[in-house]
Amino acid sequence: MIDRWPLFVFAAVMAAIPLIPGMPPFWIVLLDNIGLAALVAMGLVLLTGVGGLTSFGQAAFCGFGAYTTALLSTAYGVSPWLALPASLIVSGVAAVILGLITVRLSGHYLPLGTIAWGIGLYYLFSKLEFIGRNDGISNIPPLSIGGFRMLDPHSIYFVIWTAVLISAVLTMNLLDSRTGRAIRALRRGHIAAEAFGVQTPRAKLLVFIYAAVLAGLSGWLYAHFQRAVTPTPFSAHAGIEYLFIAVVGGAGYVWGGVLGAGIVVILKEILQSYLPYIFGGMAQLETTVFGILLVLLLQLAPSGAWPLLMSWWPFRARRKHPDTALTLPGRVRSPTEPAVLLQIENARKVFGGVIAVNDVSFDVQTREIVALIGPNGAGKSTTFNLITGVLTTTGGAISFLGKHVDNAPPQEIVKVGIARTFQHVKLVPDMTVLENVAIGAHLRGSSGAISSMLRLDRADEARLLAEATRQIERVGLGDQIDQLAGSLSLGQQRIVEIARALCVDPVLLLLDEPAAGLRHMEKQRLAALLRQLRDGGMSVLLVEHDMGFVMDLADRVVVLDFGTKIAEGTPQAIKTNPDVIKAYLGAEA
Amino acid sequence: MSALLEISDVHISYGKVEAVRGVSLAVADNEIVAIIGANGAGKSTLLNAAMGILPLKGHIAFASENIARLQIEDRVALGISLVPERRELFATMNVEDNLQLGAFRIPRAAAAQSFERVYALFPRLKERRKQLAGTLSGGEQQMLAMGRALMGAPRLLMLDEPSLGLAPIIVADIFRTIAELRASGVSVLLVEQNAQAALKIAGRAYVMELGEFVLSGPAAEIAANDRVAASYLGFQSEGAT
Amino acid sequence: MNTTIMLFLIQDGITNGAIYALLGLALVLVFAVTRVILIPQGEFVTFGALSYAMLCTGTVPGTVWLALAMGAVAFVLDLFTARRALHLNRIGRSFALNLVFPAAIVAATYLLAGPKTPIAVNIVLALLTVAAIALYLYRLAFQPLAHTSVLVLLIASVGCHLALQGLGLVFFGAEGLRGPPISTAAFTVGTLRFTGQSIAVYAVTIAFIIALWLFFGTTLMGKALRATAVNRLGARLVGIRTTLSGQIAFLLASVIGAISGILIVPITTLYYDTGFLIGLKGFIAAIIGGLVSYPLTAVAALVVGCVEAFSSFYASNFKEVIVFTLIIPVLVLRSLAAPAVEEEGD
Repeated sequence: MIDRWPLFVFAAVMAAIPLIPGMPPFWIVLLDNIGLAALVAMGLVLLTGVGGLTSFGQAAFCGFGAYTTALLSTAYGVSPWLALPASLIVSGVAAVILGLITVRLSGHYLPLGTIAWGIGLYYLFSKLEFIGRNDGISNIPPLSIGGFRMLDPHSIYFVIWTAVLISAVLTMNLLDSRTGRAIRALRRGHIAAEAFGVQTPRAKLLVFIYAAVLAGLSGWLYAHFQRAVTPTPFSAHAGIEYLFIAVVGGAGYVWGGVLGAGIVVILKEILQSYLPYIFGGMAQLETTVFGILLVLLLQLAPSGAWPLLMSWWPFRARRKHPDTALTLPGRVRSPTEPAVLLQIENARKVFGGVIAVNDVSFDVQTREIVALIGPNGAGKSTTFNLITGVLTTTGGAISFLGKHVDNAPPQEIVKVGIARTFQHVKLVPDMTVLENVAIGAHLRGSSGAISSMLRLDRADEARLLAEATRQIERVGLGDQIDQLAGSLSLGQQRIVEIARALCVDPVLLLLDEPAAGLRHMEKQRLAALLRQLRDGGMSVLLVEHDMGFVMDLADRVVVLDFGTKIAEGTPQAIKTNPDVIKAYLGAEA
Repeated sequence: MSALLEISDVHISYGKVEAVRGVSLAVADNEIVAIIGANGAGKSTLLNAAMGILPLKGHIAFASENIARLQIEDRVALGISLVPERRELFATMNVEDNLQLGAFRIPRAAAAQSFERVYALFPRLKERRKQLAGTLSGGEQQMLAMGRALMGAPRLLMLDEPSLGLAPIIVADIFRTIAELRASGVSVLLVEQNAQAALKIAGRAYVMELGEFVLSGPAAEIAANDRVAASYLGFQSEGAT
Repeated sequence: MNTTIMLFLIQDGITNGAIYALLGLALVLVFAVTRVILIPQGEFVTFGALSYAMLCTGTVPGTVWLALAMGAVAFVLDLFTARRALHLNRIGRSFALNLVFPAAIVAATYLLAGPKTPIAVNIVLALLTVAAIALYLYRLAFQPLAHTSVLVLLIASVGCHLALQGLGLVFFGAEGLRGPPISTAAFTVGTLRFTGQSIAVYAVTIAFIIALWLFFGTTLMGKALRATAVNRLGARLVGIRTTLSGQIAFLLASVIGAISGILIVPITTLYYDTGFLIGLKGFIAAIIGGLVSYPLTAVAALVVGCVEAFSSFYASNFKEVIVFTLIIPVLVLRSLAAPAVEEEGD
């Protein structure tokens, strides 16, 4: 869907550079270094910029890749090409082990954890006997094809940049897919993604491994480029520098990694070669000037150089519209409709001594719209979170279609056919409406990361996007399909959430304040849609404050106050219930 | 009419999207002005820009002084106060500390007076003064947010959706308090989706749609307007018992 | 294990731990208020310590000129940002803070510096210099980035660390320095020998912790700082300037950093780049404290100090590895204990 021609132009230019007569070899070395750094930074883009997982430890993964091939090709005489998969596997396995420990770290703990093992691994490299301690390993054989040995920077240049280009294409393919959407949703918190079946720890581990393998590839190339390895290039300082590169280039963009590598490597080179002339003998000022320039760059372009560059780019990518004729298989529904769909019995939730939900019981029947009302803090959203598995109950039971679902994880809840929206909208603002809604169909697709990278997922992907398009049109947002979700009004974003939930093909729809922010006409349209869904066989449980909307729409109303159910009945009965008037509605409502 | 707050031909954009287009508005001394309209119409955007949270293009003056270039903090010092939609309380600090910080820009002696005034207005807050703000109920949090804004003895209080997410019974309380405020010399600019309640206490009102004012005038006239009744009062009036 | 050795190691650990505690507290403070993870804290330590050490030899350290230069740039930047609405009193304030203040420090240093200058004067001069540098560092590097993400602030922070470390090499050279102790008194209890310097370390640490506690718990400004940490927009809406809070946080952090440096430079030789490692250990304490809790940070710092003391005795080769890997289990535990729910209220 993205226009590919700029990529081909870039590839052609890069391929032509070494062929220019009189090209100083020094420049080629510089470009080699840029390519090596770009590979690592690209992994960081995916990990940090897209996935929201900051890592200072990427240099250590380069180290794994470099030391593996160095050891195999010197001590055991293995061909570098055979050592390549070994390098990638060792980096990947290291990432699995470290990832299992650190990826679960939340918030600021993760970057700090990565600093810790970044430093730890560096010391390990420099203390282990069999990889030469501080002296490292030298006399590493060069890469060779047939009899051609790539001894000079010119020949390995092509290998390095082919690796960069292929990695970039694979990374972009990955981001533009089912798995990619799951990864892109990570940065906005895990709750929304999990509500649609994304195994967030696995998605995090995946990007962690992906970034580590790219770093390992860079390390492998580095070892055969330098033909010697020492611990220094794999220290925590180097890890910090890779993060610089990604942030300076634009941590949210694949090409930002490449651009950032260019900026930082060239900048350092210039400083090293020219500063001594300016400051006389004071070569120490190199780091000072580098630091100052870094801060200045960030102040000029806090989101990186790439988006700045792109805002000048005159061509806009065209987007192909999904073919809505494609369909996904629907949910298999039981032929005999049970009367009770969702049964909540004495559900209880205690947060550190405070009872948020106090032995609440109610049910939702087939083809029924039930409204949950009550003041803020009455436990409505907590009840939603108990049903959807975001929170575990302290007591009581929740069953769906006769099966116990209390304390099942959200990913299991959505599988049985319960889909939800959120009180505080949880969309990914820098993804389009279509992409956001397609996350709802996550469980109805099957393509994994590898097939996405290789574009083997296109048929599956087309069906998912078609389904998402249909649901967007159904809720009346067809005109906004390609807009970024963050640019819509809050009211519209709530509707996008409903479309996303419909993509699940749910049996029960849980809506948390769906009408907030809608005007009268839009509320009527929403009410009509919900009635139509009910008549089509779906049930709806909704939390809402707009009493007009609720009383007009709901078949049954449940009233909560201070975590306790105080009334239940038809809208008419609730409106005249003295307890409800006293606690919630007031005399003049 | 000497306008306390005067906004004319104001445009506000989020990136490339223009959320408010060429809007003009005035709030006089001792007046309650309501802006009604659906969420996404640009009401909150306008209020946030008036406070200095968002940049705007156009003219904005407070007590005849151009405030377009002033920071939020400087506008507070001039006597403008905003109760934002999300309340923005200091959740891990107690009620009293929240209120005390509301008086950050005024002298200590004046702050003592403010405490009395706010506690008189919201006796509930006095009962809960040692409780952490984050543990209050929704209605109490709204009271605290309003109380904190009043601590600095503002001349203009701007309220963004004070009824949002509150039980109808508490909404009635909050609106009664807002009406009382006018008696104590505070002007109020009120943004509200609950058009019915807002129009009841306001002197004048503006109706906002898609970033523009489509109607303005005395609140009673607005409430009687057919189009407003159909678009904004619909369900609420049906739901009334 | 020999009890004497053990007691000695514990004593050593507590002395170091007290310093890490001070630095950890400062880091927590700055992070909470400004969201900046203050990597240059290490430079505040070395700048304070080495400026003091140089002043004690009667030499004027280059840091005073750095303060003046940064102040001048800050003044120009103030003029530039306020170019559309130049208020005379605002310019006056900026002039006084950014030019008169550092110029006064330079003048005072030249006037007072000499081989016979009392230690107290040297300490005050060093503290003022570092405080001024921190103030301008906030103005120049972080104030323009105040609206950006923690990640960008962190990278900028590393940039500042690099810049200041490079300058440190220029000012103080590659050779390490030591300063004279604040007190030369010493006494023994049982087998343990307490020096006046180590007592000073304990006393200053405890005094700072109590002072910070009083500042945040009782003063309006302290509460305003907490408010900024809890809710930045809320703080601005009651008229608390984020810049003012940021400046105060940086001032406090730099003074704490410089004092820590001055306290340890009589005990160990400090080099221009030692600060980074010392800062990192304070940092580990702060991390264990979760970047939010002051008491936990202080306790964690003592543990870090003791672990360091013991591992340097038993496995000096792997000292750093042990200290740095110490935090991983702690992080995992913290992470597991953290609530799974994002902000999802009713």
